[in-house]
Amino acid sequence: MNVHEYQAKALFREFGVAVPDGELATTAEEAESAAKRLGGEIAVVKAQVHAGGRGKGGGIKLARSPQQAREHAEAILGMTLVTKQTGAEGKLVRKVYVEGGCKIARELYLAITLDRESERFAVIASTEGGMDIEEVSEKTPEKIHNVLIDPVLGLSSWQSRSLGFKLELDGDQVKRFDRFLSGLYRLFVDKDASLIEINPLVVTEDGELFALDGKLNFDDNALFRHPDIAALRDPEEEDFLERAAAEMDFSYVGLDGDIGCMVNGAGLAMATLDVISLSGGSPANFLDVGGDADKDRIENAFKLILRDEKIRCILVNIFGGIVRCDLIAEGVIAATESVGLSVPLVVRLQGTNSVEGRKILAGSSLAIESAETLQEAADKAVAAAKRGA
Amino acid sequence: MSILCDKSTRLLVQGMGRVGRFHANLSIEYGTQVVGGVHPGKGGSEIDGVPIYNTVERAIAATGADASVIFVPPAGAADAILEAADAGLPLAVCITEGIPAADMARAKTAIAGSGMRLVGPNCPGVVTPGQCRIGIMPAAITRPGKVGVVSRSGTLTYEAVDQLSRLGMGQSTCLGIGGDSVSGTTFVDALALFEADPQTEAVVMIGEIGGSAEENAADFVKAHMSKPVVAFIAGQNAPAGKRMGHAGAIISGGKGKASDKISALEAAGVSVSRSPADIAATLAERVPTLRS
Repeated sequence: MNVHEYQAKALFREFGVAVPDGELATTAEEAESAAKRLGGEIAVVKAQVHAGGRGKGGGIKLARSPQQAREHAEAILGMTLVTKQTGAEGKLVRKVYVEGGCKIARELYLAITLDRESERFAVIASTEGGMDIEEVSEKTPEKIHNVLIDPVLGLSSWQSRSLGFKLELDGDQVKRFDRFLSGLYRLFVDKDASLIEINPLVVTEDGELFALDGKLNFDDNALFRHPDIAALRDPEEEDFLERAAAEMDFSYVGLDGDIGCMVNGAGLAMATLDVISLSGGSPANFLDVGGDADKDRIENAFKLILRDEKIRCILVNIFGGIVRCDLIAEGVIAATESVGLSVPLVVRLQGTNSVEGRKILAGSSLAIESAETLQEAADKAVAAAKRGA
Repeated sequence: MSILCDKSTRLLVQGMGRVGRFHANLSIEYGTQVVGGVHPGKGGSEIDGVPIYNTVERAIAATGADASVIFVPPAGAADAILEAADAGLPLAVCITEGIPAADMARAKTAIAGSGMRLVGPNCPGVVTPGQCRIGIMPAAITRPGKVGVVSRSGTLTYEAVDQLSRLGMGQSTCLGIGGDSVSGTTFVDALALFEADPQTEAVVMIGEIGGSAEENAADFVKAHMSKPVVAFIAGQNAPAGKRMGHAGAIISGGKGKASDKISALEAAGVSVSRSPADIAATLAERVPTLRS
């Protein structure tokens, strides 16, 4: 789960990680009075959307007076911000964060994540802040410093000191960096973050350290024990179909094609997209209905798929392990009847109770094309979608 | 021979809830020796004829169990893994999906050196055809034979096993290693076990996007495998930056793409099936003598 910069910074503050003063504003007037209260020579007005590259897209502007902060907020609020991460459709800006400026001496990069290779937490730091870190990693890998943390032992002070000196900080700055990083690590562990990225982490002319930007992602699997974090979810930032799917506890990813897919299991769902593409078709979505799909869940899955107007055919591909195919068959029939399905339906059932499942489908009066193998199912779905196009 | 489990395996079930119970019964029907269940607070009772114990330690003392399957819900699953390791079990298979990644990172670090092999989490388990079923696989689709199957997926494993059985190629052991970012058993671990198993003559490996487990497997195949390996990588059409169901199935920062994994595997001499419908056919072509 993603959160906004202003939410990330509130959490940073709570864990003793230094951030510049700032206030959230939803109107230009609020932005002006926020800039007044902040009181410095400059303020920065920042669009709050879940996407990187906001500056280049015109979503971050420097104001030299409260009046100017108001003008910038007027321009940014309500704009559709297009960045390299939003796609061409962009994102509507509903909120801005007004932040006090500071005199920047250096820009660094700092992140914490789970390193899959070592299965440990990793702190990644670089002297090359404010740049695209993947590019830095590719062109000058020697400028990226990696520290692996034993998840049982936690972060040791010597590790952050050593990293601080690698970042060419002086003695006093290293002490601040140690506090900064230990706070950040506590936040990462205590709140089950999956990624904290600060780019840039600035060193001011006075030698202070501040998180100028903050990206914070959380482990969805751990949200059950962090209701405070779960409450930070901003549904406006999510694709409406993906949001609807999440509410039903499905894994859904929208794609560009016209064959709706309903599959149990993520691996088989990915493979179903692969076989459709190889057979000359184009999948409209990835949808894993999960291990405990009953009648209601199947019905919901159908309704979800049909909300996508591009759909010309639906392929149900179920290999029963936990899910029993007789339940799937009942769900398919109930859903088809209650939704009044108007597109061709191809169903392939295999595995636990598949014989009973196919019997149930054959005994219904519905026009369902049945398939036994994956290839047969894909061929029938591709043909049906072409007929409907 | 086989890997990980056979007809002598004495299995415990940690978490005899609705799902644990349903699958314990299917395992018993298959002929697996399910010797006990662990359900704190229900010790001394019986569920479906299976004696229940309050702790893993007591269950082992009473039954001589040497493997456990874990169905405990996500919040307590890592704890159940630690309990199994501490009690001295040589094998634990964790089916639970949705365990926080940090819990698994800590649990895996903590059990290193315990001597326990963990399979999973978020996996379908292990089946040695005709002998033992641990987990949730539909064992009826398996046939005893010479092909080792290892996969990050659940249902896609069944797909591959079903194709193999239909083409007359039985399996030595079918193993799902799970779709999370942190897994107890990796492809490399599984390949090493199959390479050392005299019954196994070839291996089918089913990977997917995300992480670098398949690239590591390619290195291992090149350096250490004498047996032929056939692979399929799911997610050739997956968009970058999107999590495809499994917690670990995501292309991020340009890493974890199917095309890179396929290239690495092919360079190591692995035959990679482009279509999930041709996994068994690819093996039959590579090793025609396997069909019976």
